[in-house]
Formats: sequence, C-alpha cells, structure tokens
Amino acid sequence: MILNEDEEFLNELIENVKKEMPQNIINDIVRSIKESQIQLTRNELKKVFSLALEDYNNSKIEPGEAIGTVSAQSIGEPGTQMTLRTFHYAGVRELNVTLGLPRLIEIVDARKIPSTPMMTIYLIDEYNKDRERALEVAKRIEYTKVENVIQSTDLDLSNMSITLKFDSEMMNDKGVTIEEIDKVISKLKLGEYVKEIDEDRITLTFTEIENITSLFKLRDKILSAKIKGVKDIKRAIVQKRGDEYVIITDGSNLAGVLGVKGVDPTRVETNNIHEVEKVLGIEAARELIVRELKRVLDEQGLDVDIRHVILVSDVMTRTGTVKQIGRHGVSGEKVSVLARAAFEVTVKHLLEAAAAGSIEEFKGVMENIIIGQPIKLGTGMVELVMRPGKG
Amino acid sequence: MDDKVIKGVKFGLLSPEEIRKMSVTAIITSEVYDEDGTPIEGSVMDPRLGVIEPGQKCPTCGNQIGQCPGHFGHIELVRPVIHIGYVKDIYELLKATCRHCGRVLLSDEEIQRYLRMYKATKNRWPSIASRVIDYVKKAAAKNTICPHCSEKQYKIKLEKPITFYEERGEGVIKLTPSEIRERFERIPNEDLEILGFDPNSSRPEWMILTVLPVPPIIMRPSIMIEGGIRAEDDLTHKLVDIVRINERLKDSLDSGAPQLIIDDLWDLLQYHVATYFDNEIPGLPPAKHRSGRPLRTIAQRLKGKEGRFRGNLSGKRVDFSARTVISPDPNISIDEVGVPVDIAKTLTVPEKVTKWNIERMRQYVINGPETWPGANYIIRTDGRRIDLRYVKDRKALAESIEPGFIVERHLINGDVSLFNRQPSLHRISIMAHKVRILPGKTFRLNLLVCPPYNADFDGDEMNFHVPQSEEARAEAKEIMLVHKNILTPRYGGPIMGGTQDYISGAYLLTNKATLLEEEEVRELLAAGKYGGELPEPAILSPRPYWTGKQVVSLFLPEDFTFHGPANISSGNRACKDELCDHDSYIVIKNGILLEGVFDKKAIGNQQPESVLHWLIKEYTEDYSLKVMDDMFKVFLKFSEMRGFTMTLQDVTISLQAVKKIEEKIKSSLEEVDALINQYNQGKLEPIPGRTLEETLESKILDTLDRLRNDAGEIAATHLDPFNDAYIMARTGARGSLLNLTQMSAMLGQQSIRGERLSRGYNGRVLPHYKMNDISPEAKGFIFSSFKRGLNPIEMFYHAAAGREGLVDTAVRTSQSGYMQRRLVNALSDLRIEYDGSVRSLSGEMIQPLYGYDGVHPMKSAHGKAVDINRIMERVAGWKR
Repeated sequence: MILNEDEEFLNELIENVKKEMPQNIINDIVRSIKESQIQLTRNELKKVFSLALEDYNNSKIEPGEAIGTVSAQSIGEPGTQMTLRTFHYAGVRELNVTLGLPRLIEIVDARKIPSTPMMTIYLIDEYNKDRERALEVAKRIEYTKVENVIQSTDLDLSNMSITLKFDSEMMNDKGVTIEEIDKVISKLKLGEYVKEIDEDRITLTFTEIENITSLFKLRDKILSAKIKGVKDIKRAIVQKRGDEYVIITDGSNLAGVLGVKGVDPTRVETNNIHEVEKVLGIEAARELIVRELKRVLDEQGLDVDIRHVILVSDVMTRTGTVKQIGRHGVSGEKVSVLARAAFEVTVKHLLEAAAAGSIEEFKGVMENIIIGQPIKLGTGMVELVMRPGKG
Repeated sequence: MDDKVIKGVKFGLLSPEEIRKMSVTAIITSEVYDEDGTPIEGSVMDPRLGVIEPGQKCPTCGNQIGQCPGHFGHIELVRPVIHIGYVKDIYELLKATCRHCGRVLLSDEEIQRYLRMYKATKNRWPSIASRVIDYVKKAAAKNTICPHCSEKQYKIKLEKPITFYEERGEGVIKLTPSEIRERFERIPNEDLEILGFDPNSSRPEWMILTVLPVPPIIMRPSIMIEGGIRAEDDLTHKLVDIVRINERLKDSLDSGAPQLIIDDLWDLLQYHVATYFDNEIPGLPPAKHRSGRPLRTIAQRLKGKEGRFRGNLSGKRVDFSARTVISPDPNISIDEVGVPVDIAKTLTVPEKVTKWNIERMRQYVINGPETWPGANYIIRTDGRRIDLRYVKDRKALAESIEPGFIVERHLINGDVSLFNRQPSLHRISIMAHKVRILPGKTFRLNLLVCPPYNADFDGDEMNFHVPQSEEARAEAKEIMLVHKNILTPRYGGPIMGGTQDYISGAYLLTNKATLLEEEEVRELLAAGKYGGELPEPAILSPRPYWTGKQVVSLFLPEDFTFHGPANISSGNRACKDELCDHDSYIVIKNGILLEGVFDKKAIGNQQPESVLHWLIKEYTEDYSLKVMDDMFKVFLKFSEMRGFTMTLQDVTISLQAVKKIEEKIKSSLEEVDALINQYNQGKLEPIPGRTLEETLESKILDTLDRLRNDAGEIAATHLDPFNDAYIMARTGARGSLLNLTQMSAMLGQQSIRGERLSRGYNGRVLPHYKMNDISPEAKGFIFSSFKRGLNPIEMFYHAAAGREGLVDTAVRTSQSGYMQRRLVNALSDLRIEYDGSVRSLSGEMIQPLYGYDGVHPMKSAHGKAVDINRIMERVAGWKR
C-alpha cells in the first residue's frame, strides 16, 4: 500500500530499474507493494527497489560455472534418498502409478513405454459437470472387446456352432448392448453362418467349417473383436477434480483419445513421453519431461530447483528427438572417442574410431582428464593471462 | 605456461609396413629363457624391447628404467588371420562390395549421391552420417549383380565367431582370411569413404593381420615370486602361444604337410590371435591359465570399472593424501579440520624461501622430518632434492639455504586442504578446510559440516588432500572453503545447520521457562565469544534473571527481522500468528527474538527459508562463519549446562493409558473379526475395481493403522511433554512421534511391499497359526511396544520387515549410483558462457539463457531470484 501522491515516485523507481531487471520481477514487486497491509514511505520504497536490484544482481550465474555437473548431481544425489518401489494411488484406489527411483530412471532412460502408462483426460463443458455424462465419455474411451463382456462360450462340435453367453452386469458396466455386439460380429469376415440372437446370447452355426481347429480360430477371432473404445486404454475411471469431472485411464493412447467426442483436446495429459513427442512435438515432450521429473521428486519430498530439471530435459530433447541419458543417447553421441570409451563399451568405441580414422580433439572434460590437461570449465575457462612486468 | 598442449589424437589401423617399421626386432622363437635364465634374443622377452631391470641400459635407446619408453617388436604371421574386433565390419564389407572388382555394389550415381549426403552431415551431425553409412551397406548388400563388372554375387555367411562362407552354386565354400584380404585390397579408396572407412589411415585389408605387433615388456612385466620363480604376464603367455603355433605352421608348410593339418594349425593360430585381443568372445572358449583362471588379455585390460580407462585414466591415484577415521570436535571452526600430528609430519607443502620467511624456513629445516613443525625435503635452485632424513648436520644445512630454494615443510595450522567423504554424490562432498594440527590419530570435524558430507562418527573414514600449487590453493580457498558453501546449489537453501543436540539445546535455551542467572549468562556468552555488554535483565527482582531469548538475540544482527512457525507448531500446539500460547511462532524484530523457540525449523540443516537461511544469505560470509562457529556453540553449551538425556521413564506410560490402549486393541480386533465375518458370509461390498479379497485386506489394514495411531495418540497425551525424549521428537532434534509410539505403546503392523506379511509356509507366515488365518496376529501385527518387549513371534515379524529395508537400501544404492553416473557423464561438458547461454564444450547450444532467467539456484532465495515478500519484511517489517 502506498499513498496516492507517491504513485509517481513509484513509477520513477520502476523506470530506473527497468533496464536492469526483468519485467516479471518488477511486476511482482509492484504487486507486492500495492497488496501489502503496510503503508510504505518513499524511503522504504527506495530501499525495496535497491534491495531487489541487489538481490537480483547477486543471484545471476557466473560464466564458466560447470552447470551440467551441478544439475546432474542435484538430481542424482537425492536419488539415494528415495524409496524404491513406491507405488502411489493416482487419487483413485484402482490405479497404481510407478513413482520414486524406478520412475526417475525410466524418464532419464527415455523408455519407450512407461511401466504404468496413465492419462488424465479433461472434458469439454457439456460433459464435465455431470458424473453420468462424464461416464458416457469414459465408456467411449475404454477399450472393450467381446471377450470383456462374455460370461461363457460354448462350442457345439456336432453342429459346428458357437454360443456366446453375455454377462449382463459387465455389459451394463461397459455400456454395451447386444445389438452393438451383433453389429461387430456381422462386420467380421467369418465365412458362411446362421445367426440366432437371444436376450443374452448369440449362437452362430457355421455351414462351411469342417474341422475343429478352424472353429477354435473363429471363436478367438470373435472374442478378440473390438466393440468400442480406444486401443491400449485398459480402464477409464471418472473422478472429481475441483469442480469438474475428469477421466483417469490405465493405459495411454494420446492420438486415439484426442479424437473422442466430449474430450477437451487442449487438456489431455499422459505420462508417455514418446507418445507426446509423436503427437504434439518435441517442445511438448520437453515440457512433459520437466513435469514428470519434478512430480517424482516432489512426491518424495525432495527439494530440487526447477532449473536443474529443465536443463536435463533440454539436453534430452536438444536434437529434436527424445534422447536417453546414457549409452544409447546423449553419452553415446559425444564427439570425443575417449569420452565414449571411458563411459561404457570401451573396446567397441576404440575399434570403430580406428576404422573410421576419427580424430580426438580434446575439447571435453573427460578427454582432458585422461591426458592430464586442464579442463575448460570454471577457472579453467579463462584464456587471458596477465604477465606482470611485461609491456 | 610453457607446458605442451595435446591438440589432437588420430585413430587408425596399423598397416603391416608400419608395424615392421616401428618394430625393433622380429620375434621368431617360442623359447623365452635359456638355461641360466637370461632372455633369448628373438623371443618375446628380447632385451631390445626395453629395459626391465633397474640399473641396466636399454640396448635400443640407451636410457635407463623410467626413461626408456619400451619398444615394439613384431611377429610375421605365416598365414593371415582376422582381427577379432573387426569381424562384423569384415562381414559387412564382404556383403557390400563386389567379389571380383571390389567396388561397392551400387551404381556410380548412387555412390556419388550418398557420398554427398555423407560429406554434408559428417562434421555437424555424425549420428546422421553414420545412418547414411548403415543405409549404404544395407542397400549394397541387396544387389546380387555388380553394377560395375556384372559379376554375380554370392551370399556371404558368417559362422560365429570367425568363420566366413560363400554360398556358391557348387556349394558352401569357406573363405580363408587370405582370400578375404585379397578382395579387400581391390576396394578402391573412393568407395571406402561411404562405407565409413578413412582409406588413408585405415585400409580394410589391414583388419586381416599378416604382421602382429609385440608390445614392449614394460606393459607386460614378469613378476618374481618367492623362490626366484618367474611368473610371466598373461599377455606374454599369449604371445608365446602365438609364436609357437606360428612356428609349427611354418614347419608344416615347409615340409609340405597335408592340407588338413595346415588348416587345423591355421585355425589354432586364429584362435590364439583372437583371444590375444579379447578373451571374452561369445562362442570361443576363453584361453585359460594352468590354474583354470581365464587370461586377462588386451580387451579385458581396457574395459570395465577397474580397466585402464575407468580405473587408471578417468580416475587416478594421487600423492599428498591421507585417510583415517573421523571424530567430532565442536570446538574447532567449521572451516577447520583437525589433522593428527603424524599425518602433518608426512604430508608437506612446498614453500619457496624468500627473504621474509627465511628464518622460519631455517627453523623447519633444523627441526627436520621428526619434529613438528619441520620439513622433509629441500629443493635447491639447481633442482637437486635433499632428503632431510639423511642429513647429519641440519643446522649447517639450514644456514646454507637461501631465497629461491623450496622447502617441503610439514603441514601447519592454517594451510588449505581438501576434505572428502565417499560417496561423492555432489560437489559439496569435497570442500576446503584449514588445517588445525591436533594430538590424536583421527581427523576432527565440526558437527555442523556433517550434513553435506553425510558423515557420522560410527567409524566413517574421510580423505584428505594437500594442494601443492599456489593456483590450486587459491582456488580452494576462494571457492571451496566450507563457509562459502553453506547454501547448496540443489535448491538454494542452507545444507549445513543444526543437528541433534544443537536443536534440542537451542530449544531449551529459547524456551519460555528458561531463566538464567548472571553467571550462567556469562558462561554461555563466553562460549559464543561474545564481547559486548550484558543486556538489561528481563527480571530484576528478587534477583536479576535473563531469558534464553535475550542471549540468542545478542548474536542476531540489529536489523534482522523474521516471522514464521517453529517445528513444534503442530497438532494442538500449532500457531499461525504472533498471538501464540505455546511459544511456537517465531517473531524476530530488529535483531531481538521476541517470541517463539529456536528448533529445527529455525536453525536446522536443509531448512530453506528459515532463520538460519536468511541470516546466511542476507549478511556477509564472515557473519555466516560467526553464526556457525559461535552462536551454535551457545546452544551446545546450554545443553551441557542443563544436561540432556533419555531414560526408560521417558517412554513409560501410566497404567491408565495402558488400559485405554488395551481397550482400543479389543475393539479393533472385534472390528476386524466383523469384517472377516462379513467376508465369509459374502456380505462385504467390494471397492470398485478390486476383488473381494483385496477389499478385505485394505479394510483390515485401515483398521489396524487406525489402531496404532490411536494408541500413539493415547501414549502422547500421557507422556510428559517436557521429558527429553519427547522434546527431541517435537523439536526435530532426533526421532519422531512414531518412534515414541513404537517405544511406549505398540509397534503396529509390519509390512513387506506395503502388504501384511503373508509368505513363509503354505498359506501362513509361521507354523504357530492355522492355514489361511487372516487375523491380525497371524499376519504380522505387533501389539507389544519396544519398552514391554516383543514375544518371539513378534520378533520374527519385526525382523522380516526389517530385512526388506536392508535389501531395499542395497538395491537402491547401486541403481541410483548408476543413474548418477550416467547423468553426470551426459551433462559434464556443459558450461555457462560469457553471454549467459549454456553450451557444451564442443559448441552445441543447450539453452540461450541459463534456466531462462540466468539465475543460479545456489544464489537464489530458494529458487526465486528476488523474494519480494522477504524484502518487504526486511524493509518495512512484518506488521505495524
């Protein structure tokens, strides 16, 4: 809070620091001053700005800092304090999500499929206020095969017929009607048959089939036929988040879910990094890596600055595709032969280098350690040397 | 400054000519020593390969041991053999090139096109270039007719590990290394480039060996075992094998032996040469020592953690270091390390003699190597090194030293050293300390420095290094000194700070109930090296009394302001504002602690945005040191004056409470029984998505969890809140309320993988219960407390759950260690440039501005460049 007459004085102060501090910090300061319960005098205002400027300037990073190693250690060191094998309920009892060290390793490994793929799907306004409407969408998303709603199948070998008996409870749960199933079956290429439809059963009698094995094959074909849903989504659960209903799924298929009616395509989340890279692009994947890493660390109560996490994510996504932290990614693509040889699979790298006639240029850290030369980080970066007494 | 700098190293294959050129002799005989034990000329131990014995002169270069770099010899292989490391490349080349004319099996246009692609990407995107090469190899291999000479191509088969076949019309025919070599000789240089070869340094036919280089003896020294028997190095053994078979093959060829025998010997030669390079080839039996131990040949020497690269090149052994057990010493500064005299007399610092220090240096020389502070060596201006152990008249020598000499003197107080504890997980695992020579045999360490090292004193050892150059000392002193590293770069908060007794001491001192007499105040202030006047006592009559808060306030800067909850502010003692009955809300105005106690939240380690954090961030480094060295000592002093301990009484609850707990147990057991009954009658409602059994388990677990919490609560209300054990838990000094519950009330459910114990016997954990009994006591619930003691069954449960923790830790350390190694390796080349961007040392841009705001986490206020709320409080106070 400031007096009205000091308004101009404040603007003057802002003008003074404009060139020296980023706008968002200045905005923060102004907001904080205006919202404060305390009325600040001109002198105090001046002091706030000078302290802020001082703090800002003192907080800047210095050239030469080996920030990569600092970030790597800042993420690696808390790893030792993590509990192994932590499963955590994603708000719902039904779903487990891998967190803790295994998940951390999974992310930096850039594993193709996470061990527990999961999505959080927000819905458009029409659907997100009402549980029933949300369930409707969930049923559209959940992948349902004929197998999932069946109670039993009977094979009559004398008539060469298959009888499918359906579980009405499951059909209700999955929102499937017998007509839908019938439609699915008619679309399958099963050859010639006669169909009988009952209340809860369908009997197919095949006219052309001779042997039993092909009957078994047909049964499997029917059972694995998709009724509806999005592939790979094993379960979809509706849950209340704040004042709207969202769908949480076991299994992930971003491209598939984006097209489902009722889904808000701007607010679909998944923990599958490669899927996001493919569907939304590398920038989205970069952001997801940051969020996932941070989430794992936060969940374990480990305090790690976001800048370290961002740096790791930037390194992983620098080339335009998600690269693993390790032999098959970032480390394996280093220019230096010796650095690669010193990391893993030593002999292979040396042999390849010899065949290709590679040249080791001794630019990086590891190479220079190997030959005992100073490294070009920190104080080693300085190339200007004063020679006292000369000139 | 005049050091030579290695600009680059080029890798390549050795051609037979080169091998012969660098060789000093051909190795021709498999006999190594003659009867009197001297090495035979022309054997693998030929003296011309370099000196091995001290005092001898090298016949090749004339140098003595140490100077002679060793010299290569060579073996002329009678028949060529394949280099085992290049089997895959040879296979690909055979498939991709014409068997007749040697060209790549692609048309000229295609070759030109791929060559352009390869050249465009080679330097900037090596990973893409390597994909071009892979593609060319694959595409060429598909062609069955050579586009250049129209020769029909046959399918090449590789029979692992080393044999090649060609599937010709007339049958499958084995390709000998000689034939392969001839084919490779025909491949023109121009075509080699798109196959990934540099024809100038690596012709593919050189992958088929006709001459084998014999490494110098110094890289395969023989050792003398007691009794004067020589034990040769593994490589020497292998070389002898190669020479022997080579000899035999030659004899057979000369005498015109049948082809079958020749082929066998050729294969044998191939085997020995292959295992000479790599003794872990899948499909080949490893060459073994007589004892059955596999030989350690070239590949084995290089690879792995103890191999040449990771064991000797990336990590090196150093001089001027020491290692011993650490023990605590709260009386030395956090910047210091206590060094035993014995170590101080062994480790030295080279100090140049000047006219200003010559007297001191003379004294060191006179004291010699035995008396501390003395010196071990003198280096004269001509570079001669004098060992003071063998100098008879040190006084005379001392007189003779003059400016320009270097005296390698003992460590003395104030020398800069580096101190480290493994595992070195972050940069503050190694910090600079000033040396403080102390009696005893252990390194002494201030307790406040334990958190960054993660050290305790249950037998931990630490490493100690003495920097030898002025440059190294300056860097250590300006960058690595402990008090410059109190804030961690991980999150920008203090990683050092109070632990255990510091916290309980601070709490007791700043407690409302603490009133101190003048004498006590003086003693406390003396411990904190306070030099000013005593403040006005808080109570004047009947006698003057000071509060602990007054004492603490004397160490706070006059303009320091803070407010926030203390660690004890929880449960029914929680406070959100200054109106606090429990003294659990800290208010500091103008450097005076007005309200609240100091506990973990105020002065603890790893507590960002705490009193300690702001004291360190907002004031000078000297003040940080003063806080850590002096203020914290006051807390310990008070703990010492008052006395602090824990007794059995502290965890004993009244009979009344025991009864209450027993009632709770009874009702909970009934609840569980009811659940089981419901389940048995099929009346249990399953949780959606779970089976009936899982539902039952989870409900039972909930009930039992509630039971332990209830028991803990009963215990907590019946424990004296001011007994020392309870104080420790509440202030965060040590232990938790859960620990107290387990000591006084009950241990509760023991679990493995988050579930009740279930494995052991068929359907039960222990034979004392019936099968499929799912009652609490049969599945790992412990009703006893540590104080009462566990019955044998309960003890078993506890041990089983405890074992899981041990296994977990063991597995975790290896996994996280590997992840750490990969992270560091992937990011180690990044640095901040002068323009604030992040780039790798090979020039790749990672971030245009570090963190997108250019702020160092360590220098930030817990992640924020500017903590505006904090600034407002500093300027205008919290409330008016």
